[in-house]
Amino acid sequence: MSQVITDKHGIQHYMITINVNGDDYTRVVKANTLLVNVLRDELDLTGTKKGCELGDCGSCTILLENKPVDSCMILAIEADGKKITTIEGIAESSELDKVQEAFINNGAIQCGYCTPGMIISAKALLTRNPHPNEKEVREAIAGNLCRCTGFVNIVKAVLKVSEETNDKEVISNE
Amino acid sequence: MYLPDFDYYAPDSLAETCEALERFGAKAKVLSGGTDIIAKMKSGLLSPGVLISLKKLEDLKKIDYVSGKGVVIGALSTHNDLVNSKILNDKYLSVSEAAHNMASNQIRNIGTVGGNLCNAVPSADLPPILIALGATIKLVGTKGERVMLLEDLFTGPMKTVIAENEILTEIVIPDQLSTGSNYIKFGLRRSGALAVVGIAVAVTVNGGTITEAKIAIGAAAPTPIRAREAEKFLQGKTISDDLLAEAGVIASGESKPISDIRGSAEYRRDLIRVLTRRALHKAINEGHV
Ligand SMILES: Cc1cc2nc3c(=O)[nH]c(=O)nc-3n(C[C@H](O)[C@H](O)[C@H](O)COP(=O)(O)OP(=O)(O)OC[C@H]3O[C@@H](n4cnc5c(N)ncnc54)[C@H](O)[C@@H]3O)c2cc1C
Ligand code: FES
Ligand code: FES
Repeated sequence: MSQVITDKHGIQHYMITINVNGDDYTRVVKANTLLVNVLRDELDLTGTKKGCELGDCGSCTILLENKPVDSCMILAIEADGKKITTIEGIAESSELDKVQEAFINNGAIQCGYCTPGMIISAKALLTRNPHPNEKEVREAIAGNLCRCTGFVNIVKAVLKVSEETNDKEVISNE
Repeated sequence: MYLPDFDYYAPDSLAETCEALERFGAKAKVLSGGTDIIAKMKSGLLSPGVLISLKKLEDLKKIDYVSGKGVVIGALSTHNDLVNSKILNDKYLSVSEAAHNMASNQIRNIGTVGGNLCNAVPSADLPPILIALGATIKLVGTKGERVMLLEDLFTGPMKTVIAENEILTEIVIPDQLSTGSNYIKFGLRRSGALAVVGIAVAVTVNGGTITEAKIAIGAAAPTPIRAREAEKFLQGKTISDDLLAEAGVIASGESKPISDIRGSAEYRRDLIRVLTRRALHKAINEGHV
């Protein structure tokens, strides 16, 4: 169990270490600290957004052990020892990831609030299935609500990445 | 949205988990995926003094086939574990499909089968199909373990027979003769919507005759229910469109739905009539889909 410190009010604090975008961070959190708040408030990774805070909208989507999850529904302490990727870590170099490029080039971003979560969900889909059909794309982003675009250009952007991915590249990435 | 303060423990073993639950009694709650309980705590509907996390109970995260027993699903399997399980895809695709049609991908990666059952919401998607397939559950507590039919778990909306010191550890879908099963969820949107009603059936067909049928319905009463009269009516009969339609009428008559924001009782009864027929039809014609 992670190290526990009880403060003068009798509230317990726990030391956790999470790996975010490749770096280890050790922080002291309370049991009720949500993962999204550690990312945003403690690590200043504010690309991860908060919308509904009830698991409905997906603006807080991150990859936890490579799987998209809503970080507003997870206690920070539950993620102790785990690997996390946020939108800030989605590009592997200083250049934007292909999914990010495609969102820009296809008009898939308007206000941008849903975009980080949307890109995380899209990226997770494309990693698992480099050539999804439209139904699969829509299903993968069904937990990400966008109030601006009407989704059409978002779906188009994701399909575009699939079109531009040749299978040799996919195999070498695995 | 912030959560009230609470203490947190993540015991290393099942025994320690049950001991902790006994020690803290009514003020403790089990934390599995948290998609229900965290939402409730944020909304101020619940403020447990202690959360006991199950995250270290690795043994409860597996889905296995045990010969002579059936498909054993660990309570901590996530919905996407059900979606991706080769065993379930091969044997009971209807269970994987039911999980696939739940919530969103993000929630399916966190929410667990055990949480879905123990939460005991009448509209939950997994109870009907698992009940139709005759699933049993294992409850483990400080005083030992007990095995029962899943359908006997529920006593009312958000109420179960689980004692304070007990947790649900596994669900077993027993080996069976059934030739087809199917779950139809009727939600107001294709994704992220709870069931207005959910109908599951499992049938055993032998040369054009139904030798056994099980029908389980969610959001039709305070707990998931079996449509026993419709089941009895079908037994031993020759399959025809009229027969399946009549079974729908009977199942609808047996249900006791309520009116709420998702639909009126009348609407639900009519949905049950139509969807029971459709679910039977699919299970008979397409097998375990
Ligand atoms: C956006 C959203 C969409 C959703 N959509 C659906 C949907 O389409 N269909 C549906 O059915 N549900 C849906 N849900 C509800 C929820 O996700 C599921 O019920 C989920 O399976 C709950 O599992 P969990 O592990 O997250 O449960 P938790 O929140 O961890 O636990 C739920 C309850 O069960 C108890 N519990 C959990 N595990 C055990 C155990 N092993 N032994 C004893 N007690 C236990 C907990 O103490 C708690 O009271 C949705 C939720 C959200 C937030
Ligand atoms: S903020 Fe997490 S799902 Fe909406
Ligand atoms: S671009 Fe505004 S919410 Fe999606």
